[in-house]
Formats: sequence, structure tokens, C-alpha cells
Amino acid sequence: MGAGATSAGATLRAVKALVIGCGRTGAAVAKGLVGDGWDVTAVDESEDALIRLGSGWSGGFVLGHGLDSSVLTRAGVADTDAAVVATDGDNTNVVIGQVLQRRHGIPSVVVRVFDPARARFYSERGLQTVCPTQTAISELLDAVRTARLEPTEA
Amino acid sequence: MYVIVAGGGKVGANSTRSLLEMGHEVTMIEQRAERFVRLEQEFGPIVVRGDATEINVLEVAGIARPPELLLSVTGDDEDNLVISQLGREKYGVPKVIARVNDPRNQPHFDLLDIPMTVCPTSSILGLVEHEIPEHGLVQLLELQREGLEIVEAQIESNSPAAGNRAGGLKLPEGARLISVFRHGRTELVEAGTVIRPGDQLLAVVADGSAQDLRRALLGASKS
Repeated sequence: MGAGATSAGATLRAVKALVIGCGRTGAAVAKGLVGDGWDVTAVDESEDALIRLGSGWSGGFVLGHGLDSSVLTRAGVADTDAAVVATDGDNTNVVIGQVLQRRHGIPSVVVRVFDPARARFYSERGLQTVCPTQTAISELLDAVRTARLEPTEA
Repeated sequence: MYVIVAGGGKVGANSTRSLLEMGHEVTMIEQRAERFVRLEQEFGPIVVRGDATEINVLEVAGIARPPELLLSVTGDDEDNLVISQLGREKYGVPKVIARVNDPRNQPHFDLLDIPMTVCPTSSILGLVEHEIPEHGLVQLLELQREGLEIVEAQIESNSPAAGNRAGGLKLPEGARLISVFRHGRTELVEAGTVIRPGDQLLAVVADGSAQDLRRALLGASKS
């Protein structure tokens, strides 16, 4: 169970997080949260995810699909405080995100959505979304706009 | 009526064919290149190529008119859920019917307020139960909005209900017997109707009380 940091005699439970979809992004997020002292369980359909998590991985791992309720139960969804959903499918992510939020009442759910239009639609409906495509578009625009171009002779 | 059919597999293509025969206006969306070519050969320009979960593809198909009916019938349940949510909530499509490929995903459709779903697997299993009723009680229809189920029960000689008057049976709250089918005829059930072995009873029961009704009519589970 949770690591016991103590404060004024009370035992505080570590924040418990689920990371669903453990590709390059999910695995790095999972490791980052463990580094912060969180109690993290990763979920992925492929055991290859364990390779990405690395031999030093100290969190939990459940093999299976994030929409499968038995998988979520084994991953400890009942007492989870926060979840990051980053499988390779936008639609899978928004559906899992809504299930975690609405059925399991997880207070903090963040979902990766590549398509900016769908990301906007679901964020307007109260799902916290992160859109790497939109970030890339903004950063590329900023970068190219602020590039110093030498005036050239006509 | 204007209908958008998202997904041009067997379900989508056959639905489109029937809707066109009924005189409706249909636009179909299909993503797979080979499948798209075949559909376009049959249906012509009403087929749009693209991912029906993308808003601009839905808009090319006329989702903003909006259609009176949207069928989300791709082979992927998450896609069908997202198409249904976009149609209902972003464009106000009045009727959305979604296909559930994996019956284990049915609760997700319920949770996300997609009320009209069709699950071929569940339908086939329902038919299996109807034809081979080893459980004694068969669900014929689920009225989700009303929270009711219509069920059929086959009364056997050892069923607790056999030989009793309908009015004397202790049924779960919210359950009513509707009719009894015997000797090729259907009669409405009244308080004085005596239930007999061989009867096929139709009953309405509140969602979740079907097992209690089964116990009251048929006794402990046989399975």
C-alpha cells in the first residue's frame, strides 16, 4: 500500500495514479510520477511496455485493455486519485477517460488526444485533454515567426 | 428522412441499401480504400471516404444539417461511441443508433448516454436462449428509458406458479403478468387466471428484478 510519509502523527497515503497506455509518452509519464513518490500502476495491452518502463520499474503493471473493467479493477481503480490515458487511439482515450471520470469518479483524469478538433470538443465537455498536435502547431508557428530573417536584396 | 451511416461494412452497406429502397436520403462514410471503391461502385456519390470520427469528415457528410438519424455502425466500439457523442451533443442529431461489437462494452454506451444500441452478439445469444430456454426466463425486449423488461417464462409441472391463480402469486414489486399462450391461443392474464404447466407467460418486470420474477414463477435456477 501507499508509502507512509508522516505529518503530525498522521499517516498520509501516497497519491495513487493509473497510467493507461504505456508507449513512449505513457512510460515516461509513469516513471516521472514514480520519481515524485506517487504510487503508480501502468496498464498496457502489450508486455513490451515493461521494456519501456525499464528494469528499475517499481510501480504496478497490469496487462490488458483499459476499457476492460476487470483490468481496471486489478489496477486498483477503486482508490485511484489521478489517471493519465495515452494509448495510441484518440477515441479509445476519450472513452476510457470518460469511464474513469464518470463511472469510477477519479478526480483528476488527463487524456491525450492527437486530433485538435476532438480534443477541443471533449475539453469543452469537462474532460481534461492534452493535444500534442496543437502544441506542435503552436510551437512551430512561434518558432518560425520569431526566426530572424535577414532582409534579402530584391 | 436524411440519414448518415458511419461505417460501410456489412451492417452499414445493408442498412444503406434498405434505407434507399424505402426512399430515404443517405450518406455513407467509409475509411478503408478498397471497401470505399466497392461501395462507390454500388452506391455512387453518396459514399464519402474518410474517418467518421473526424469532425471535418462528418461535416462533409452533412452532419450539420443535421440528419434525422445517424447510424454508428463501424467495427470499432470506441469509434462508434465517439461518432454517436459528436452527432448527439455537437450537432443535435435527434436519433442515434449505435452498433455494439463487443457486448462487454454495452455498459460504456449506457454510461455515455447512447440509448439506442444494437449488439449482434447479444441478439444471437437472446435467440439461442429463446430457442433453447434452459434458463426458463427469456428477455424479449429491454425498455431502457422506462427501466422495464419484457420477458417470457415457460411454466413446467414443477414450477411453483403452476396450479395457482395469477392473483395469488407473490411477484416482485413492479412485475405484472401480461398474457398466457396455451394451446395455440393467447389470453390476457387476469387475477383469476390459473397458471398451468406448458403455459408460456409474457410478463413485464422492472430492470434488475428478472431473477426474482424467475424465482417466483419457476423456482430456483435450473442452470
